[in-house]
Amino acid sequence: MATEHSRTAARLMVSPAVILLFLWMIVPLGMTIYFSFLRYNLLMPGMESWTGFDNYYYFLVQPAFGAALLNTLLLVGGVLLITVIGGILLALLLDQPFKGQGIVRVMVIAPFFVMPTVSALVWKNMFMNPVNGMFAHIAKTFGFQPFDFLSHAPLASIIVIVAWSWLPFATLILLTALQSLDREQMEAAEMDGASWLNRFIYLTLPHLTRSITVVVLIQTIFLLSVFAEILVTTNGGPGTASTNLPYLVYQQSLLNYDVGGGSAGGIIAVILANIVAFFLMRMIGKNLES
Amino acid sequence: MGNITLSAVTKTFGDVNVIPPLDLQINDGEFVVFVGPSGCGKSTLLRLIAGLEDISSGKITIDGRDATDAAPAERRLAMVFQSYALYPHMSVRKNIAFPLKMAKMSQAEQDKKVENAARILNLTNYLDRRPGQLSGGQRQRVAIGRAIVREPAAFLFDEPLSNLDAALRVTMRQEISELHQSLKTTMIYVTHDQVEAMTMADKIVVLNAGNIEQVGSPLELYHKPRNLFVAGFIGSPKMNFITGAEAAKHGCTTLGVRPEHVEVGHGDWEGVIGLAEHLGSDTFLKVQVAGIGDLTVRVPGERGLHHGQTVRLHAPADKLYRFDASGMAM
Repeated sequence: MATEHSRTAARLMVSPAVILLFLWMIVPLGMTIYFSFLRYNLLMPGMESWTGFDNYYYFLVQPAFGAALLNTLLLVGGVLLITVIGGILLALLLDQPFKGQGIVRVMVIAPFFVMPTVSALVWKNMFMNPVNGMFAHIAKTFGFQPFDFLSHAPLASIIVIVAWSWLPFATLILLTALQSLDREQMEAAEMDGASWLNRFIYLTLPHLTRSITVVVLIQTIFLLSVFAEILVTTNGGPGTASTNLPYLVYQQSLLNYDVGGGSAGGIIAVILANIVAFFLMRMIGKNLES
Repeated sequence: MGNITLSAVTKTFGDVNVIPPLDLQINDGEFVVFVGPSGCGKSTLLRLIAGLEDISSGKITIDGRDATDAAPAERRLAMVFQSYALYPHMSVRKNIAFPLKMAKMSQAEQDKKVENAARILNLTNYLDRRPGQLSGGQRQRVAIGRAIVREPAAFLFDEPLSNLDAALRVTMRQEISELHQSLKTTMIYVTHDQVEAMTMADKIVVLNAGNIEQVGSPLELYHKPRNLFVAGFIGSPKMNFITGAEAAKHGCTTLGVRPEHVEVGHGDWEGVIGLAEHLGSDTFLKVQVAGIGDLTVRVPGERGLHHGQTVRLHAPADKLYRFDASGMAM
C-alpha cells in the first residue's frame, strides 16, 4: 500500500544510492568546469589563476580542433555503418539452421570480450604491420607492394579495428530480434506472393527497427569516447589524421601539461555529445515507443 | 474454380512418417473440414496443400494443373492462420492491400478492392488502425480480408477460431459460413473442434495419425460412422462403448450407443447415477451400470434426477452401433 508514510520511507531508503550516484557524477563534472576556467599548468603547480573563457577560446581556435571534431564524427558514423549493415547480414546468416550453430554463435561473440588495447595491438602488429603483418604477406604473395595501413589510411584503419570489436554486439542484438520474428507472418507473406527481398524489406526490416535503434544509441555513447585504439596504434597521427576529441583532450592536458585547456576541451566534448544525442533521439528515438 | 486433388501424398519429417499415402478429392465450391485430435497431421496436410511444406512423395493437382512443386504464391490459395499473422507495423488498409501490392496492381484498383473487402467484413471504420489496436474478432476479419482480396481458388483456414472466446467463436463461425455462401469459393478448414466441423462443413475429413478415417457429410458421419474412432470423435457427449458379455449378446466385440439415444425410466439395465450435469436444456448423467460400466446419458430438459438415484436404462435396438474386433462398423 502506497500510503504517505510508506512513500516517505521509500524515499529515505533509496536516497543513499541516489545521492552517491549524483555525487559520483557531479563532483568530477564540477571540478572539470572549475579547472576549465583556471590557468592550470602541470609544469607550474600552485600558480593557478582565474582566466575566464580563455581556455575555451584557445581550445576552439586551434586547427586540431576542427580536424578532431570531423574525425570523431567520421569514426562514429563509419563504425555504425559497418556494424549495423554487417550485423544485419551476419544475423541473417546465423539465423539459418546449420550444424554447429551453438559453437559458431559463441565464436562470433568472442571479439567483444577482447580488450580494446589488446585488439588494437593485435591488429597493428599481426595484421596491418607493413613488414610482418598478415595483410603484407598476402599482398606480397600476389606480387603487390604491402600497404602501410596505419600511416596512409590511419582513420580508416582505426574504424576497421573498432568496428571489428563492435560487430558482435550488433550481431547479437539483431540476431535475437530476428529470432523473435513471427514465423507465421513470414509464411503469410510468402503465400501473399512476396519475394525474399520483399519479405526482408516489408517484414524483417520494420521488425528490426527497434533493435537497430538500440544498437545505434548504445554504440554512439561508446564510440564518441574511443581512445585506447588510437593511443596504441597511431598516437593520433600522422599529424592530426586520426585524432578525435577524447584524444585531443588527452594531448592537451597530459602531453602539453595544460589541465585548464584539457578541462575546457572536456566540457566542449560533453556539450557536443549532448548535441549529437539530441539529434539522434529526434531522428530515431520515436522507434523506441511501442 | 477450386478443384484440389491429392494422390498418394506422403510426408515424413526425418524418420517420422506424419502422413502415410493419402488420397483426397476436394471439389469446387465445397466447404471441407479436416478434423481430428491434436497431432493427427491435419495442420500438416493443410500446409502441404498451401505449399508451405514440401510433400515427400505423391502429387497435388489444383484445377487440373500439377502444383506439386509450385511455390505457395503460384497456387492461388489464400490462408488464414491461427495467430492471424497480420503485419504489426502496417495499418489494416496496408495489411489487406499487401498481396495486391506484391502482385503489382495499380493503386486505384488496390483501393477499390480493399474498400470492397472492408465493406463485406464491416472493417471500413478501422482501415487506418494498426492490428494491435483491434480486438481478436476484428483481427480475424482483417486476416480474412487479406485472403479474399486475392480472389483465390480456395481458402485455407488453420484453426482460425481457437484464439477467440466462446461467444465470439459462434458469431465468427456463422460469418465464415455466410461468407462461403456468398463467395461460393472452395474452403478448407482445419479444426479439432467437432462442433465447428459439424456446423460448417459440406464434407468432413476425419483424420487420425495422418490417416483418413472417413470422408462424408456431417450427418453421414453421425449416423454411419465407419469405425470406432469416427464413432467416438463425432457427437457430443461422446458415444458410449460397451464391451464384454453385453456386446457378445449382440454378436459384436464393441457395442456403441449415443448418450442421446438412451432412454431413462424403463429397460433391463439398472444403474446408479454418479454425476448429474444440469444444463437447463439437457441433463447429462453418468450412470454406473453393473456388468457394463459407466454410461453417459443425455436427457432432454430437467427430470429431477440427481446423484445417488437408481435408474433403469433402455437402448433401442435400432440405435445401436456394432463394431467387430478390428474396430470396423458391422
